Amino acid sequence: MSETNYLTTDYTLRSWFLTTDHKRIAILYFASLIFFFFIGGAAATVIRIELATPQGDLVSSDTYNRLFTMHGIIMVWFFLIPSIPNTLGNFVVPLMIGARDLAFPRLNLMSWYIFMLGGCTTLFAIFAGGIDTGWTFYTPFSTLYSNSYVILAAAGVFIAGFSSILTGLNFIVSIHRLRAPGLTWYRLPLFLWSLYATSVILVLATPVLAITLLLIATERFFGVGIFDPRIGGDPLLFQHLFWFYSHPAVYIMILPGMGVINELISCFSRKEVFGYKFVAWASLAIAAVGFLVWGHHMFVSGQSLVASLVFSFMSFIVAVPSAIKVFNWTATLHKGLLRFDAPMLYALGFIGLFTIGGLTGLFLACLAYDVHATDTYFVVAHFHYIMVGGMVTAYFGGLHYWWPKITGRLYSEHWARAAAVLIFFGFNLTFFPQFILGAEGMPRRYHIYPPEFQVWNVLSSGGAAILALAYLMPLFYLGYSAFFGPRAPANPWDAPGLEWQTSSPPPEHNFATQPVVTRKPYQYNRNFQAEPQNA
Amino acid sequence: MPERAAFAPQYASVPHRDNTAELGMWVFIATEVLLFGGLILAYFVYRHAFLQGFAEGSRHTDIVIGTTNTAVLLTSSFLVAWAVEVFSPDTARLSAWLLTGAACLGLFFIVLKGIEYSKEYDEHLVPGVDFQFAGPLANGVQLFFIFYFVATAIHALHMLIGICLLTTLAAICRKAPTARHHTALHSAALYWHFVDVVWIFLFALIYLPGRSSS
Repeated sequence: MSETNYLTTDYTLRSWFLTTDHKRIAILYFASLIFFFFIGGAAATVIRIELATPQGDLVSSDTYNRLFTMHGIIMVWFFLIPSIPNTLGNFVVPLMIGARDLAFPRLNLMSWYIFMLGGCTTLFAIFAGGIDTGWTFYTPFSTLYSNSYVILAAAGVFIAGFSSILTGLNFIVSIHRLRAPGLTWYRLPLFLWSLYATSVILVLATPVLAITLLLIATERFFGVGIFDPRIGGDPLLFQHLFWFYSHPAVYIMILPGMGVINELISCFSRKEVFGYKFVAWASLAIAAVGFLVWGHHMFVSGQSLVASLVFSFMSFIVAVPSAIKVFNWTATLHKGLLRFDAPMLYALGFIGLFTIGGLTGLFLACLAYDVHATDTYFVVAHFHYIMVGGMVTAYFGGLHYWWPKITGRLYSEHWARAAAVLIFFGFNLTFFPQFILGAEGMPRRYHIYPPEFQVWNVLSSGGAAILALAYLMPLFYLGYSAFFGPRAPANPWDAPGLEWQTSSPPPEHNFATQPVVTRKPYQYNRNFQAEPQNA
Repeated sequence: MPERAAFAPQYASVPHRDNTAELGMWVFIATEVLLFGGLILAYFVYRHAFLQGFAEGSRHTDIVIGTTNTAVLLTSSFLVAWAVEVFSPDTARLSAWLLTGAACLGLFFIVLKGIEYSKEYDEHLVPGVDFQFAGPLANGVQLFFIFYFVATAIHALHMLIGICLLTTLAAICRKAPTARHHTALHSAALYWHFVDVVWIFLFALIYLPGRSSS
């Protein structure tokens, strides 16, 4: 190691906390997100222990409400939404477009500080006494009745929203303006298409959440009736505004995961992604249609039947681009030279879990079935298959895939494969029983339930124990690898993307000379060897 | 220490940097449009539900101050546009004066807004603080004033940020302006015009509803 890389340019604390290097900021985000992931996970652990028995013998109802709210708020806003964009995205976007940094490096650093400010505010609300509204802050409970720290928690989420917006803005501008010579839109890796679509949602949906939370805080603080029906307000308006953000937010959470899967499937099948243009436009289609389906969260709220029909129809439509992706990934596998390294195991797990999550989403898009399934564990299982089975699996897959690039070290393939398999089984054991619980009518958000549901709940809690263990494993073997792992070569997977054509870890400004792109992404020759994008 | 390059390493040239910065401001404005858009949507939902109440509420606003403020803000936007047009290191003095003028007009807007707020306070029209309104339209009027205060307060906050930007740029123009400040000025001007456009919408939504056919 004669040349300095971004990790060895400077070792001071100041050089980390005042860095404008997108790679170091990615590491800052990564460390923060691990912290939030385990806080949110701790809440889930208590929830699953409580639900192992039908009686409420561990926590009170009130504590239970605060636990699932804490789990939801932390996991949605402080883990899932920033997960792939702010860590993997931050790290590889400039590398993939052949740029020396993001368009606005200082804004990038600022977004991390804003994120941490929002995170600390929310944590303070949680440890001061918690919030019992559920992560959705539904009115009029959140504004009139809840005796918990709603304003503080809303403020935390509000602040964190600006970090999302700044990240989205940075990605959009960087992808538009900083692409290397020769890197046309149809030569972009599909991860960038999906991050671009994600960024559009971040920029256009997050401000609506901001204004909605501001209205909630105003109503609570001043005691006015913006959403209070007694003085003319409409609680449903809150739900419309909230889901106008929060449904697209689901796509903020899954689109980057889909993007990662393209990279993994292609690299470990040694093949070009099947139907590149369809997959690329499917990302934008999901982002666009995703803005028009929010009413499917409100089928039983009393909105008009016409509205429900339209929202139901649009929800089925959004399944089309999602299915295009799944079919194209499986078509990519066909006749590929498959290699079952850890990232590929995660990718294959993703395809299965996302498909189950997506198909059960269609159940919920059906007006008639949704009436039965609303607020049951069926919904909980469905969105955990997308969020955890999909996004978290993709996050782990991407993390393993780019790990040698990020740290310049290799990890233990055996441990990594074991963790990937264990996560897959633990996940299914945790959440598949919840589909059955939901279909049988067990409502969510109760910690006491009829004894006939216990079998499935015990299975689920048992699975959660396996899942928790499996999620802890990477902490150890990746942590070991980061300091003691064998040095990684520049391109350990023999992948064609630009990020692999510079050293591992990359130098401070990514490339010694400006790369010039000469071909499409994902090109492999007859011997299944990568043909680098810039050669 | 090597001398600082004219542009950061991720850019290929000065124009490249400037184009990129400008696009960033446009994307930021897109996000702002949705921020006010959500608020205006909620306003319309309630105006649809409480047509009479909103008209009544609107009649209690001060259209003289509102109209004056619109004129003040449009003039200030004009000065900023002028400053962008003439800006160069040679004509920086003129730009500095124009920007100072625009910032002063912005402050004048805030002062007038404050006077308007205090009038409404005297008339017991501030929901959550002191709101008294008798009659069947009370709910609608209260909702109208909630939106009036939330929207104008957020707008005023944007104004204050804009005034800081304009003042800073005026100070730069006075001291050591270089060609690179043209982009900063241009972006600040975009922001200021955006705040102006928001006001034009708010003006129509706040001051005009009850006054068209009475």
